[in-house]
Amino acid sequence: MTAPILEARSLSKSFGAVVAATDVSIDVPQGQRVSLIGSNGAGKTTFVNMVTGYLKPDAGQILLDGRDITRLSPRQVTRLGVARSFQIPQLAAELSVLDNMLVAAACNAGAPSFLRPARTPEAIDAALAILERFDLAGHAGRPVRELPGGVRKLLDIAMALVGKPRLLLLDEPTSGVSVDEKFPMMDTIASAIADAEIAVLFVEHDMDIVTRYSDRVVAFYSGRIIADDRPEAVLADEQVQLYVTGRRKHA
Amino acid sequence: MDDTVHRHAPGRAPARRQLAAGVAAILVLMGCAFVLPRWLLFVGTMAASHGVVTLGIVLMMRGGVVSFGQGLVFAAGGYAAALAGMYWGLSDALLLVAIGGIGAVVIAAPFAPLLSRYRGIFFAMLTLALSMVLYGILVKTTALGGSDGFNLSRPTFFGIGVEADQGNFAMYLLAVAVTGLLGLAARVYFDSTRGLVALAVRENELRVEYLGASVRRLLATDYIIAAFLGGVGGALTVLALGHVEPNFSYWTTSGEFVFLAILAGHHSVAAVFVAALLLELVRSFSALYFPNTWQLALGLFLLVVIRFLPMGIGSLWSRRPAARPASTGPTA
Repeated sequence: MTAPILEARSLSKSFGAVVAATDVSIDVPQGQRVSLIGSNGAGKTTFVNMVTGYLKPDAGQILLDGRDITRLSPRQVTRLGVARSFQIPQLAAELSVLDNMLVAAACNAGAPSFLRPARTPEAIDAALAILERFDLAGHAGRPVRELPGGVRKLLDIAMALVGKPRLLLLDEPTSGVSVDEKFPMMDTIASAIADAEIAVLFVEHDMDIVTRYSDRVVAFYSGRIIADDRPEAVLADEQVQLYVTGRRKHA
Repeated sequence: MDDTVHRHAPGRAPARRQLAAGVAAILVLMGCAFVLPRWLLFVGTMAASHGVVTLGIVLMMRGGVVSFGQGLVFAAGGYAAALAGMYWGLSDALLLVAIGGIGAVVIAAPFAPLLSRYRGIFFAMLTLALSMVLYGILVKTTALGGSDGFNLSRPTFFGIGVEADQGNFAMYLLAVAVTGLLGLAARVYFDSTRGLVALAVRENELRVEYLGASVRRLLATDYIIAAFLGGVGGALTVLALGHVEPNFSYWTTSGEFVFLAILAGHHSVAAVFVAALLLELVRSFSALYFPNTWQLALGLFLLVVIRFLPMGIGSLWSRRPAARPASTGPTA
């Protein structure tokens, strides 16, 4: 067993009377694909926001490669190799798809420079190479505001990958995408994240996708982890069926 | 601006070509000094020096904030140059212009970290408040001439004193050269990685932070750069007028620069100077033929621009990257 890249230890977080996380502990080894499931308000996105520095936990500790990142800002966490995508894609709508990628590359290359041109042939080639993995190269010149939702979701993830993260968090990558497109989209994402070393955590509601694309499932309910195991085991868990998936037992 | 996606277009260097065109334009404009009438040279000097202040606003606009208080740095630069001339006995115009820029940075820089926390109307009003505080101080400071300001003697140019009738000529050359070079530098910045990140900040700060860049540092630095540009513009104006007064920091002065920035749009550097020249020409002719109504002319002018050229007059010649249909790659 490799050393975990991410260790969350007993995280707690509440917003006034609303408890969003209680004693949440997760270790994620390199390269593992982990899905986070749970009903709305169960604490999945809160967990993602704490790991990426957007929220500070009230208690507990987050370690990345053994280093404490609990109090770091999203910017600092990003620089240490953690990237995320968003449930609602966070893009520069007036810029082209390619320019969005170049922005990601510019931010990633340390402090952006006053003198280094943004649109060099090398930078453009590198950006297009990633776009091609997401089947987005054909959209490169189009402004983001003209694009359909599914394309935006993919671009959002493509931008997260520009910085070659070691830990990638995807917040509902297939939300807002039609049922027919979910599997093709997850196939695209899975093959685009070519590097098997990247640990991927993704928030997901579709249990068929969870079963097919994850090595491990963590189920949240009311701010707590109620199950953490292989997908079959978690989906068979009585509590998970009661609180998360809503599936009745058959016999 | 370079827009389309050319993957394999060898020998293409749009940035360099653009800069070469800029240098050529500066040289041509300087050459014009030998043929244009003297009053027009003065109008050109004013346009260049007001344009460079506006360039600072445009630079901030690209990051999504608009300063309604560039009068602060305009006045700071003007007073810094005038005081350096009066108390230190300096007379070299280029040196005084540099002192103007630096003086404005010294005044503005302490506020940059505070301002970088605000956006939209709050940023605009805070910058306005700062400029009005300076106005209040200047009006009350009798040592600086109070509300009348004070005059300064004619500057020298690289050690050469110029006769009265040559003053406009020399000032024009200096203003065009200095603001032209700053304009080219701005173009380099706008086309740089940092320039592109600023455009993304304008639209989505959260994402930029999540990509690892500091939005506040970027906006604070932009404010300081804009202060330098404003100070240079203030110093050039003061040297050309031979006079400085608290009105430099009054809110109507700041408003005029915002007016220019909206007129120009934030995509073209040249548009900033074209807008400034148009404004100065309208001002001169209105003052001549329709005294006291030039604000009316300006208002109508702005109305027409906003209605028909919402991206500013720069959109007449610089197409936006996104505005062009996709012209590349296999269609997915």
